[in-house]
Amino acid sequence: MKGPAVWLRRNATLAATFAVFALLFLTASFLYHGFFSLRVFASLLADNAFLGIAAVGMTLVIFTGGIDLSVGAVAGFTGILVATLVQSHHVHPLLAWGIALAAGGLLGAAMGLLIAGLRQPAFLITLAGMFLARGAGFWINTDSVGIDHPFYDRMARIQLTLEPRVHLPAAALIFLLVAAAAFVLAHHTRAGRTLLAVGGNEQSALLMGLPVNAAKIGVYTLNGMCAAGAGIVATLYTGSGNPSMGVGMELDAIAIAVIGGAVLTGGRGHMFGTVIGVLIFGTIQSALLFDGRLSPSWTRIVVGALLLGFVLLQRLLVRRAA
Amino acid sequence: MSGRKFLHSDGALVLWPVAGIAVLLVLNLCLSPHFLVLTLQSGHLYGGPVDILSEGSRSCLVALGMTLVIATGGVDLSVGSVMAMAGGAAALAIAQGHASLAGAMACALGVGLAGGALNGLLVAYAGIQPIVATLVLMVAGRGISQLITGGQVIAFQNAGAEYLGTGFIFGLPFSAVLVVGLYALTQIGLRRTAAGLFVEAVGDNETASRFAGLSAARVKFLAYVFCGACAGLAGLLEVANIRSADPYRAGENMELNAIFAVVVGGTALSGGRFLLFGSLAGALLLQTLTATMYNLGVPPAIAPVPKALVIVAVCVAQAGPIRRWLSRCLQRRAA
Repeated sequence: MKGPAVWLRRNATLAATFAVFALLFLTASFLYHGFFSLRVFASLLADNAFLGIAAVGMTLVIFTGGIDLSVGAVAGFTGILVATLVQSHHVHPLLAWGIALAAGGLLGAAMGLLIAGLRQPAFLITLAGMFLARGAGFWINTDSVGIDHPFYDRMARIQLTLEPRVHLPAAALIFLLVAAAAFVLAHHTRAGRTLLAVGGNEQSALLMGLPVNAAKIGVYTLNGMCAAGAGIVATLYTGSGNPSMGVGMELDAIAIAVIGGAVLTGGRGHMFGTVIGVLIFGTIQSALLFDGRLSPSWTRIVVGALLLGFVLLQRLLVRRAA
Repeated sequence: MSGRKFLHSDGALVLWPVAGIAVLLVLNLCLSPHFLVLTLQSGHLYGGPVDILSEGSRSCLVALGMTLVIATGGVDLSVGSVMAMAGGAAALAIAQGHASLAGAMACALGVGLAGGALNGLLVAYAGIQPIVATLVLMVAGRGISQLITGGQVIAFQNAGAEYLGTGFIFGLPFSAVLVVGLYALTQIGLRRTAAGLFVEAVGDNETASRFAGLSAARVKFLAYVFCGACAGLAGLLEVANIRSADPYRAGENMELNAIFAVVVGGTALSGGRFLLFGSLAGALLLQTLTATMYNLGVPPAIAPVPKALVIVAVCVAQAGPIRRWLSRCLQRRAA
């Protein structure tokens, strides 16, 4: 058998993800005038940067066979935390970001401790974490707070010019950096292999002497920081912090990871697939916007249908492999 | 059964949520003495406990269906979305189709059954993990409910629906009586026949139950269909209560409330043994907690925090390592 065929069989879900993205993007380009442009592609990255960062963290958690339902609430909490610290307490934004990342990591570590140490179901503990973070966000402030700081103005001017009048803003650049770092971590380090091994078969990983509990606690900590990062990037994107931001974001993040080829039972997946998953999500959203006739609620329905399709595809592949 | 024997049986787990409700009621009584006062006005009972019953009826109903799903070793995350879809369909049938209450009920139940059947097919026959399979409908269902209602809140007028949501029977809220009746019917239907045993067998050990000649897939499928029907009816109760359907807020966080009620009520998330009345008590405990928050003057937006803390506390208390440590402490004292 030749190289490409072997590659295709090993990465069937990744190939399927890429095919779906190409199909969706080309169909939209064919249907809507002006869709096929670098500008639309750049806006896919810019508009979904914070969701993408959450999806990257979620992918790592799903590698270990876990799930984290708290990311949307944590993003909302950190968004309002940063905005309040900067506006009312005159903290420098960089310090506020550090505090927010630490808070997200701390909540993640606490949830990881309960999940790994006390063997509690991940979805239940993180669901409780979601309530906690959402409530804490509203406790800080029930309304949206605008951020007015020279640092934010400077951040808004940082952008990568792809072509005259087409720019990648700082939010998109941060997303690409986070995704690249997660890619290296997941696929080119010992820690990444440990995560996949824990998700593949926890018992075997334990017998191999891998630090299973440390890996689990670490991945929830990292995901908490990713969720906090998503909240921070959202403040860059909107110029404000909103405690109700990110409602339902956890579901979008999980859907993106699964569409990107991460298997929810753990042990399989690819970070590159998650990035394409973000692009698929963005393409659906912008296509509906370009169309203008369909209501935006179709986004959720199409994402749900894609999720179903990919889960069934995974089921077929796993059954064949077994 | 003697008192001592009861304390060591599974049924004693019901005592935890009941004790929790009692503690909360006493706390409320200390805060505002008129909390527990019941007044009889034109044959209807009013007061704090009655509000808890009527407001908690929807969570109780969803927890009823969730109990069976969890007993088979699964979980249904889509109940909130199913409620929103069913409520939206029922409200639309009344507001634009001029349907009667029976028509609206058929709409809501139909949506619930269809959603439950989809979940059941994916879990029982396609073999997909319950969290993932029901996540699909949880994601898509919100979109569908917005599509049904056109993204708007649908208000309607219908005497029958109003009675369903806010009416009284025997001086008690009709919705509460309805839900308690459904609990009793389900309890009789499951415990006086072999059906309850089938559910527990599948949840305890699916392979063994299949070898024993039980169609495990069918039992699971029916559990999800039942849960969907409960969620559909709860969706109707919700729109009937506020006389309008809100596709965004209807059934919000209902999945967590229902799972919480079931777990607090003594049904293990790993499946097997289930306690219907424990779930009922668990759902009422949650509603009492919410009422206490209002009584304390906690803003509704912050109310989730204590809920989350109670969930974590219950989980930690039930965790294996903690329980072993506690029982070791108790033994040492006895020795």
